[in-house]
Parts: sequence; C-alpha cells; structure tokens
Amino acid sequence: MAELTVGTRRFDTATTRRSPFFEFLHRLFREKPLGAFGAVVCVVFLFTGIFAELIAPYGYNEMNPIDRLKAPSITYWLGTDQIGRDVFSRIVHGARTSLIIGFSAAFISILISTFIGVTTGFFRGKFDMIVQRMVDAWMSFPDLVVVIVAVSVFGPGMWQVILVLSLLYGIAGSRIVRSAVLTVKENDYVRAAESIGVSVPRILFRHILPNIMAPLIVLFTTRLAAVILVEAALSFLGLGVPPPAPSWGGMLSFEGRSYMFQAPWLAIMPGLAITIVVYNINMFGDAMRDLLDPRMRGFGGKKKTGQF
Amino acid sequence: MQRYLVRRLLAVIPTLFFASVIVFLVIRILPGDAVDLMIKSSPFIENTEEMRRQIELDLGLDQPMHMQYVRWVSGIIFHGDLGTSLIRDTSVGAEIAERVPVTMTMGLLAVLFALVIAIPIGVYSAVRQDTLGDYVGRSFAILGLAVPSFWLGTMVVILPAIWWGWSPPTRLVPFVEEPLRYLSVFVIPAAILGASLAAVTMRMTRTMMLEVLRQDYIRTARAKGLEEWLVVTRHAMRNALIPVITLVGLFIPIVIGGTVILERIFVIPGVGQLLLLAVQDRDYPVITGIFLVVGVFVILVNLMVDLSYGLLDPKVRDQK
Repeated sequence: MAELTVGTRRFDTATTRRSPFFEFLHRLFREKPLGAFGAVVCVVFLFTGIFAELIAPYGYNEMNPIDRLKAPSITYWLGTDQIGRDVFSRIVHGARTSLIIGFSAAFISILISTFIGVTTGFFRGKFDMIVQRMVDAWMSFPDLVVVIVAVSVFGPGMWQVILVLSLLYGIAGSRIVRSAVLTVKENDYVRAAESIGVSVPRILFRHILPNIMAPLIVLFTTRLAAVILVEAALSFLGLGVPPPAPSWGGMLSFEGRSYMFQAPWLAIMPGLAITIVVYNINMFGDAMRDLLDPRMRGFGGKKKTGQF
Repeated sequence: MQRYLVRRLLAVIPTLFFASVIVFLVIRILPGDAVDLMIKSSPFIENTEEMRRQIELDLGLDQPMHMQYVRWVSGIIFHGDLGTSLIRDTSVGAEIAERVPVTMTMGLLAVLFALVIAIPIGVYSAVRQDTLGDYVGRSFAILGLAVPSFWLGTMVVILPAIWWGWSPPTRLVPFVEEPLRYLSVFVIPAAILGASLAAVTMRMTRTMMLEVLRQDYIRTARAKGLEEWLVVTRHAMRNALIPVITLVGLFIPIVIGGTVILERIFVIPGVGQLLLLAVQDRDYPVITGIFLVVGVFVILVNLMVDLSYGLLDPKVRDQK
C-alpha cells in the first residue's frame, strides 16, 4: 500500500476511497486510542439507554421490601436501596433519562447556537454588536443558578429541564459558532459566490454551514457532557426529574442520605456511572476535536463546559 | 491604555442593562402575580376588587412596562431596594448581604487551593511534555472535569463516617472569636470545589507554557547558558501566567454553582443555601434578588479581570 504523508495528514493513494465516516473511525482507532475507548463507552451508554428494559433484570420501581439495603450480590449486582429496589436496574433506566435529556438538550442547543452564530457572524454590523452584548449578559449568570431559577418559575419536569438547558447552552455556544463563521466567511469561495450574485440563503446553506460542521459536532459532545452533569446536579438538589423516575443525580439526593451510611453502594454506584460516562464523552470529544478541527485545539473551544 | 480602559468601561454598560432586563422579565413571568401573593400573605388585606386596584396603583402596575422597569431599577440603584421576602418579611438585600461573607470565604479558599495545586503541576506537565508525569497530570485533570462535586462531597461525608466514625465539622462559629475553627468548616468543601477549578487551571497553564517555551527568547536564554530552572521560572512562567488571570473570570460561575451544591451537602449557611430555601418556599423576591446580585457580581469581576489583564500585558496595554 503506497502511502503519502503531507504534514500530519495521511493520504492513501493505492487503496480505494473510503467514506468519510469510516475514514474517521480508522483514524480515531489508530491515532487516538483513548478517544476510541471513549467512543466505545459512549456507544455502550447509548445502547444501555435505548434497550433499558432488556438489560435491567428488574423494573426501575419494582420493590422487594424483604430485600431492602442488600449488599451487591449475584441476585442484585449493585445491591438494593431502602425500599428494596435493584440499584443496577435503576442505574440502567437512569441512563435512559440522562440520554433523553442529554441528547435533546444538546441537539436543540446546537440549533440555537447555529442560528444565532450564523446570523450574527455573517451579517455583522449593529445587529451583531447588540446581540453580542445580550449574549454577554446572558452568560454572566452561572449555569446552575439559571437552571434553579428557571425550575422555580416553570416547575420541575423533564421537558422544562430540556428547554432551559437548551436555551442556556444554545446562547452561550453561539460565540463558538460565530467565530467559526467569521473564519469561513473570509475564504475565497465565499467571496467568489458573493461576487457572482449567489443569494444569501444559498451561501449560508451551501458554503457556510457545511464548513462549520466540524466545530458543531465537537460542540455537541462538550454540550452532551455538560448537560448530563447539570441535570444530575439538578436532580441531586431535588429540582430535576421528579421521582420515582430514575435519574443518577436523584439516586444520590438527600432522601437516601441517611441510608447511605448503612449501604455505601447507594452513594458509590450512581456517582461512578456519571463519572464514567462524562469522562468518556470528554475523551471522545477531545479526540474528535483533534481529528476534525485542529484549529480548536487548546482552550479556545473549552469555555463553559459546565462543572459541578 | 486610556482608550482601552474607556472602551472596556463603556462595553459593560449595555451588558449590565441587558442583564437587568433578563431579571426583570423573570420577575414579570412569575406564576401568580404580585398582587395575589400580597393579598394571600397579609391577613389585613381584604380580597376585594377595590383593594386590588389600590395595591396595583401603589405598586405602579397600572403603568406601562418600561416605566415599571425604570422604577424597579432606580429603586435598586438609589435605595438598594431588592424587595422584601414573602416568608420572613425582611429585606432581601440584607438577607443576601448577611450570607455573602460565608460564600465568599469558601470561594476564595477554593480558588487558592486550585492555584496552589494546579500551576506547579501545569508547569511541570509542560516542561516534561509527553513523559509519564505529563500523562498522569493530564489524565487527572480530565478526571477532575468529570467527577461531579456533589458526588465527591457525598463520599467525603459518608465514607469516613463508615470507616472511622468521623464526620466533617459543620458548625459555624463567629470568625472574630475563633478564626481557625471558622475556617476549618470550609476546608473540605473548598478543597472539593478547588479540585474542579484545578483541572481547568492545570490545562490552561500547560497550554500557555508550551506556547511560551517555543518562543525565540527562551531559546536565546538557553543558548546563553542559563540554567534550565531559571529559564522556566524567570522567562517562561512570567509570560505564561498572565493569561491564567483571565481564568479567574471563568472560575466565578463554576464557584457559584459549586457553592450552591457544597453548601447544601456540608450545611453551610451561605447564599447558595438561601437560594435553595427560597426555591423550596417559592419566595420569589429572594430568588430574583439573588439572581440579579450574582449576575452583576460576575459582570463586575470580569470587568476587573479584563482591566488588570490590560495593566499586566503590554501587548494589550499599548494597543490603539
């Protein structure tokens, strides 16, 4: 196989052209083993959430009062809680809650970021200046405080949490999209398109959007991790998804606190689940950033990841 | 420098304006209007149509929206009036002011922890790039970003209690009487909060150091035979650490979010706990009051960070 190396990129000359997706996977496993491991964990997390019923040996709210506060064993892999619910089953179903909230909020937030970022970055002028000051103002409120205030106004519930988190990260993320648009806009092909009178929507959809996909995908993974953490923190405070719905943060919350002294697995397991998932999403995201978008390397794209 | 100063000061005005508008809009969309709440909370007010109109007139609710906003803002600016708690009938401003020192102590301790731990590790990681030490340091930093502080806090309360029957101190004594005992309450939560800040700081210190170590003047310093540790401390660190100051601005939201959670776990009576209590009681004036104070605080800290950055970095200071 004849290979040609230009800079850090490798071009296969003899092999047939692979689709970009497989090309990406190939490079991920070859150049970024830690990122590849993260990707595998993300896929496991995804399947756990989707097929929760098939994986969990018990229902998430199935109580066996005789077996309360049982230590981890063959029957109950990760032990049981104070009303005899299987901790493993609750964590598996909790993955679904995190998955739904994480993916919906991250996706909607990307749509919002793209809309604000592309319009302000492309049209600039007074409009951009005013919107930027609004974004400044919005970003000066800490994540968790905004979410707590919003929940106090709209009440707790899954959809409220998703909407608030989408708006929160959507507005904050518009900065990153905007700076990507500013760079792409300076390219000759955009100038050329403008000079031959291509309509603005066509320039946006055919030239700008496809070229900011890389930062958008990277932004999505960082948002996913941030949303899962904030949702867990919110449920921990008792302001997230109302019980008995299982959520990792909720399992750690104050109602179970007194039992945790007798049954430490109640405290250890859900936190471990959050840490493993968030850690691996971050690893995968970091690897993806290096592979897809070398310009974002460093700390430029890392602001506001949300941390509790 | 003057131009930079003036431009930065002017930019903060619209930001403050929009932030106050956001808080004002939150107040306006609250469920159940203020009049209902007043009638419900006071036994001396009868629930009649006439009474309602009188209260609306007193509160200025008959005026158009922008006039209400002006009244609200000037009340805050000229009288420091953030409203009155619905539950305790005390001034919201006074309640917040009473708790600010507690939260501030925890936040400052956390930042101190973070800088003391992270900067040496970050510098070491950069100087020994791609060695085992570098990998260990970086892995811990990414781990620090993934471990939620509410879990770490919970474990610190539970595990030592199970193993040794020890639990962290939570009783606050007045600072003036026993300063050390007062601070001892904050040590553990501040360390946990500091750990997540340290992760961000370490990554940034490392990146900046790597950038600076590639510069020509570092090569010159080495070429003239200067000892390596002097090159690192005198030449590289001085320049690399300037941008790390901007991190303080990034810290503030993390610190405030973190204190809300850690004050809850360690039962520390700070602003975060006040916010959670207010949410529980649906005490809206307290909620929006804290919301506004926090937002303004973050904007002002960021302004100070930018200004001190301008003072320290000649590249920014002298720009036209």
